[in-house]
Parts: sequence; C-alpha cells; structure tokens
Amino acid sequence: MELHPDTTTNAGQLLAAASGGERRRGDRIFSNLAVAAGVTILLLLAGVAVFLLIEALPAVTADAAQLPEGKTLVDYIAPLAFGTVLAASIAVLLAVPLAIAVALFISHIAPRRIVLALGFMVDLLAAIPSIVYGLWGIFVLGPAAVPVLEWLEAKLGFLPFFAGPASSTGRTMLVAGLVLTVMILPIVSAVAREVFSQAPRKLQEGALALGATRWEMIRMTVLPFGKSSIISGAMLGLGRALGETMAVTIILSVSGVVTFNLISQSNPSTIAANIALDFPESSGLAVNTLIASGLVLFAITLVTNLAARAIIARQNIQ
Amino acid sequence: MQAPPETNTLLATPLGGRLWRRKTVNWVMTGLIVAAFAIALIPLFSLLFEVAKRGIPGLSWEFFTSSPRGVIGGGGAAHAIVGTLVITAVTAAISVPIGIMAAIYLTEYGGKSRLRRVLTFFVDVMTGIPSIVAGLFAFALFAIFLGPGIRLGVMGSVALSVLMIPIVIRSSEEVLKIVPNHLREASYALGTPKWRTIVKVVLPTAFAGLVTGVMIAVARIVGETAPLLVTTGVVDSINSNPFEGRMQNLAVYAYSEYRTPGVMKQASYDRAWAAALTLIAIVMILNLAARFVYRHYRTEIR
Amino acid sequence: MQGAAGATRAEVEAVPSPLKTPATANGADAAPGPAQGGAKRIEAHDVDLFYGDFQAVAGVSVTIEPNKATALIGSSGCGKTTFLRALNRMHELTPGARVEGRITLDDQDIYAKGVDPVQVRRLVGMVFQAPNPFPTMSVYENVAAGLSLNGGRVKKAEKDEVVERSLRGAHLWNEVKDRLDKPGSGLSGGQQQRLCIARAIAVEPEVLLMDEPCSALDPVATLAIEDLIGELKNRYTIAIVTHNMQQAARASDVTAFFNLEETGKPGRLVEIGPTERIFTSPQEQATEDYVSGRFG
Repeated sequence: MELHPDTTTNAGQLLAAASGGERRRGDRIFSNLAVAAGVTILLLLAGVAVFLLIEALPAVTADAAQLPEGKTLVDYIAPLAFGTVLAASIAVLLAVPLAIAVALFISHIAPRRIVLALGFMVDLLAAIPSIVYGLWGIFVLGPAAVPVLEWLEAKLGFLPFFAGPASSTGRTMLVAGLVLTVMILPIVSAVAREVFSQAPRKLQEGALALGATRWEMIRMTVLPFGKSSIISGAMLGLGRALGETMAVTIILSVSGVVTFNLISQSNPSTIAANIALDFPESSGLAVNTLIASGLVLFAITLVTNLAARAIIARQNIQ
Repeated sequence: MQAPPETNTLLATPLGGRLWRRKTVNWVMTGLIVAAFAIALIPLFSLLFEVAKRGIPGLSWEFFTSSPRGVIGGGGAAHAIVGTLVITAVTAAISVPIGIMAAIYLTEYGGKSRLRRVLTFFVDVMTGIPSIVAGLFAFALFAIFLGPGIRLGVMGSVALSVLMIPIVIRSSEEVLKIVPNHLREASYALGTPKWRTIVKVVLPTAFAGLVTGVMIAVARIVGETAPLLVTTGVVDSINSNPFEGRMQNLAVYAYSEYRTPGVMKQASYDRAWAAALTLIAIVMILNLAARFVYRHYRTEIR
Repeated sequence: MQGAAGATRAEVEAVPSPLKTPATANGADAAPGPAQGGAKRIEAHDVDLFYGDFQAVAGVSVTIEPNKATALIGSSGCGKTTFLRALNRMHELTPGARVEGRITLDDQDIYAKGVDPVQVRRLVGMVFQAPNPFPTMSVYENVAAGLSLNGGRVKKAEKDEVVERSLRGAHLWNEVKDRLDKPGSGLSGGQQQRLCIARAIAVEPEVLLMDEPCSALDPVATLAIEDLIGELKNRYTIAIVTHNMQQAARASDVTAFFNLEETGKPGRLVEIGPTERIFTSPQEQATEDYVSGRFG
C-alpha cells in the first residue's frame, strides 16, 4: 500500500510546507464571490429606493400647476392610494375565509389520494399571468357579474357599497376585487395549508378521543394553532393585491372619483393601474409624478410586508 | 326527547338534543368548506376553458410567424415570441448566477454573521416588491445614466431580474439546506478545501433542485407585463438585440392587442386571447417540466 | 500531496515497488506492507475541548501508537467522539467549538499557527458512523474522490490503480469490480461502509479515525469490518470509537476508557492500557464498573 516510503518522517515539514497557498486562494476567491453576490443584492435594493427617489424628486418640488391635472402631488396620489387600498381590502376580505376553507379541505377533509392533485390545482391559480386574469375579468367575469350587480343594487342599494347605478359592463371595483381575490387565494391558502398540516397530531387525536366531531376538533385545535400564520398569510396576500397591476388596469372603468360605490361605472383607479395606463404616453414632469406615486406604493407594500414578517417572528418566539 | 333507556345509544342519535345539534353543525361546516373549495376552483376551470375557447381561433401559422402590420393591425406575434425569449434569456443570465451565489453565501458561508441576517431579511422584502415598481426602478436607473427617452430590451431584463432574483435565492437556499451535513464532512475529512466541497459535492447533489427552482422562477416572470410596459415599450417588428431599441413580450402584446385593436377589433381580440393561451401553455409546460426534472433527476440520499 | 513531498512522490513512483504486485492467492487484497512505514504516532497533551462555554472534554493526555488499533470506549456523551474529531481538526468546524492543549502527529503540533487544517485532514483520515458515499458519484468516483477533489491532475491509469488498490485494501474489490460505474449508494450498508473506508485510504493517510463505524451495520457486516481493521492496522495508526465493548475487545490492541463524573461535567480519560488488561483486570473502579456492565 505504499507509494511513498517514509521520507516524510518529519510530518511537520509536510504540514507546514504544504500550507496550501493555492488552496487558500481558491477558498478566498470563492468566498469573496459569494459575499459579493450578497452585497450586490443589498445594493440593488438600496438602488431601488434611491433611484426612485431621485426621479420622483422633481415632482415633489414642483408647483401644482405643472403637475398632471393641475393638482398638488398629494391630491394626485391620495385618490389613487384610496383606490389601491379599497381594491386590495375587498380581495383580502374575500380571500381569507375562502383560503382557510380551501386549506382545511385539503389538509383535513379531502381523501388522501387526491390531496396532491388538489394542491397542484390551487397552486396553478398562482402561475397564471396577471394579464390573462385581466382579459378573463373583462371579457368573462364582468359580463357574467352584471346580474349580480343589479341584484345587489336592488336588494342592498341602501348600503353605500351598492348604491349603484349598476354598471352594464361589469367593469367595477367589485369585479376587480373579485379577480384580485382569485389571484391572492393561492398565496394565503399555501400559508394556511402549511400551518394546518403542522398542527400537532397529539392535540387533534386528543380532541377526537374526547368525542369531538371533526369540525369541533378543527375549531379547538387546528384553527387556534394557525391563527397568527393566517394573519401573516393574509398580509402577504394584501401586499400582493396592493401591487397588482394588469388585472386592475384592464378591468376597471376609471373616472378618478373617490367613492365606496363598488358596482358603478365610476371608479377610482389604483396607483399601479394609473401608472400602467399613463406611463407609456407620458413625458417630463408627468413621468416624475408617476414615479412618485410608485414610490408611495413601494412604501405601502413595504410596510405591509414588514408587518407580516413581524407577526411571523412573534409567532416563532412564542 | 329522550331515547328509551333500553335502546343502544351507540347506534342511533336521537333527534334534537345536544349530540344531534353538534353533528348537524359538523355536517353544515363540512358542507360549507367543500362548497368553498368548489367555488375557489370555479375561476380556474372557467379561466382555462375561456382562454382555450377564445384563444384557439386566434392561433394560426400567421400568428406564430409574422409581426404586426402597421396601424391597420393584423399579422402575428412572432416579434413578441422572439422578444419573450430574448428578454427571459437575459433575465435568467443575470438572475441565476447572482441568485445561486447569494444562496451559497447564505447557506455555506453566512453562519451567524450580521450580513447574513440582514441579507435574509432584505431578500424577504424583495419578494414583496410590486412588479410595476421594479419596472419603474429599471426605468429610473437607465434614465439617470442614459436619459429618459430610452427604451431597451435589457431594461426589461433588469426589471424582471429584481423580481426573479429573490425567487431563485429562496428556492436555492432550501435545496442547499437539504444536502446533509455529513456529506460535507466526508469531503472535508478527505482533506478537501471548502470551495471544492461546495462545487464538487454540494452543488451536484442539489443540482436537480436548483434547476427546478430556476424553471419555476422563469415561469413566474415570463408572463409579466407591467414592468415591461414602462421599460421596453411596445413595438411592431422583430428585434432580437436587447441592447438596441424596443422589445415586446407576449404578455405586453396581448395587452396592446386588447388596448389598441386594429380596424378589425375581433381579430385583434382573438390575437390577444391567442397570446394569452400561448403564455399559459408556456407557463404550464415550464411548471410540469420542473416537477418532472425534480422527480427524475434528483439525487437519492439515504 | 503538494509541496515538498510532491517531488519525492514522483521520484518514488518511478521506482517499481514490490508492493505494487497485486493479488494474493485468494485475490482479496494486496500483500500487507512492512509493519511500520506510513503510520504515525498521535499524542494528545492535556487536551480540553469546548463547545462555546460548555466543556465537553477535560485534561486528556493519551498516546495512540502506530500500527495498533486503539479503541475509545465509554458511555454515551462522555466525549470520545468529540475527542476523536479533534484529532483531524473536524471539531473546529462546529460553530463556537474550541480546542486547548496540544495534539501532535509524530511530534508536530497539528494546531500550530500556519498549519493548514485541510492538510491535516489528508494525513488523518476519518470514517463516519453512518456510511456516507457521495450520492452523485459512482463507486469508482467515490474511491477516487479524494484524489480529484483536491484538484490534482491524476492520470487515468494511476487513478485506476489507486482505486483498485484501495478497494482491495478495504476488502471490497471482488464485490464491486464489475460495477465500478454504478452509483455508490446502490450498495448494501456494509459495502457502503467499506467503500467509505476505501475512499479514506485512497488518499494514503497516516492515521485512520473511525467513529463507531459499525453501529449502523448488521452483525455480519460488522464482523467483516472488524476483520478489515485487523489488517488495516498493519499499515496505519487506527483509533476507533465504539460503544460496543465486545467489539473493542475483539478488534483493538489498546483500549482507552472515557467517563463522565456526572452529567454536565466534561468527559475525562480514566484509564488506558492493553485491551486484555482493561477488560480482565482494570486498575480503576470506574473502568471495572463499566466493562462489567454495571453502567453505561
């Protein structure tokens, strides 16, 4: 077994001499590359904030008269922010209960054999590009929703949400909100599914052994376990809905008015949709204004996401 | 109403009474949950059905091989298909090396350092950036250095990279973490330096997972419209040079055919649906292929 | 090996060695070399091992003799594996881990400033508790991994020879010679462990550390490995951690007994001596209690 008889009696000579100059260099280069990649990403993120700020500044410092529509920057952005939050809120309100139900179905009710297929189908909703949702919303869901809108106006017209008059094309905030619901459903339900399937077996079996029905067991042991994860999942979905562009751009018939009326032709726009509609044709200060509104959107989604992470962090500490 | 004492109480649930009420609640809730699930899936089936139904008429040889014909409209989506390929390729070329190296940093080198914690946090933040904001960033970046009138294919790739990088990092990180530590130790015990261990042992073991993660990330960004609307613009002819002139991808094409249809509106709408159908097909194929790759090429670790 | 030894090795390569002739009558392995030679002596002087603030091992001084198999025994948690991993500088890979004291390989301090741990690990090889062949590599590539992982350009013919030699040395050649290009993970547990041993000896270490190498194996495979150890000790210095006393009695020449006074305290070396003496007439009470099964 010997290719080299013992001329290496001095192991120290071997150890010290081959201190791997080449090897250390390889290690250094590679780890530097890895660190550089990490730093690049931080720079990228900083760059997003900085560059947006630079390009938004002219709009911040300009007179109202020079800005689009002659409004001050705040007056320009506020209605858009309103519309953004309104649409996203509808989406979250509808998506969360739906997502919980979907997640419960997959994790506790559906036959084991088809669980994978079901999960796949729900996740497929997440893979569909938003432009396709937009086309579907305006050509399919909108027209199909018109009877519903009319019914809402007739029965619940006393509520400011359904004051009407009901749109005849379906291009309303409600429909836009519905499409957003479908788009964020997979996100929220993925989080919910994850946490429901991790609910401790022992607790669930304990409840059943006491004679609880399945629903009671779920209500006692699974739902409380998943409470804060669901909240953070909802906020992640909210963040997504706030930033969603194309579906809203296509579906909404915009008149810029600030209103809670969900079923009429006159709707506020959202920040993202406004940018998508106006940017291609804009120049000069109009561009800066749009970028400023984008910065506001960035800030809103940032806060939402940070809040979601904070909730997750607190959950993990408990 | 109490059941007679000699009845076997295990067999029948007496009407009324607490147990019956609880069971009813159970059935009702279960029914609601199932119904909710069905409702949640209706959009999926409706969407797939409608896209197929309305998109197929728009598909044609012309659709795939020719470009739009001027103001009148007509023609096809060849330029958009080329644009999709070019933009996606450049995006991947930017995002994959950076993303995987960053993931390697996080799992192999980061340890407990502050950079690692900060980076993990900000990658999380990055996953939440709205796509239009990413587009505005790319616009701002190039506007500052090259002037605001510029529209370039590569700008779109930069915007999409902002979206794709965090996805690649997250999925790569997960895959690298799964590689068991005892494999690394076996390599170290042979006297192998760390970087070679990563390149020759860790990465090959995680390879299928890394590829899958990249494919899924690509599927995510291939259908993006908003960032491209504000960067690469709308264009009529085939352009395969990302560093020169505008470029369009399938998603933007679908949007523009809808928004500014030609003289024959329905034909334009048909083309928009056809583009949507093509997009969905691409996304589905990528997702399925990703799963296939993962299942068949993953390294079994006992 | 790079550096000073590199040139020497090349010179020696050119000289045909009688040891290169393969196959004894039963073809099991190459002829055993002269008793001394590659094997080195490891000495530990008053070694303390820490994980952060927790001290796992205290004041261990021991000599591991060349061409002998030294068994490290003791109940679980008494620091024997921790100590073993300090011998090839694997202990320090755990974040927060620390080594104090001196450990020498043939009188050279392996923890001295300027010493490259990577180089130490080439000289002091290790076989782990659960077999861990590289899953992306074939049997052949696994055995040759030490050569190629170090980036040296090794000619195919030489690689072939090293692989065969190592597999024979690990008593595995006959079982895998027809499936060298199949994945390493396709073998049985005992075969995988012998593959890992072949991989370890392919880089020609001076010392071979084995951390409970048989604990994941069935009794038949275990005996095969123990026989192998009996032969490997002729060429290497072997230290083997085991919680199986019968194995220590069967396979080792020297036995070192580690023990904890109580949980939370660091492990210490209680007694070391020829295996037979340790098991039949130990000098310390704790040793006697352990080997007679009163605890552990």
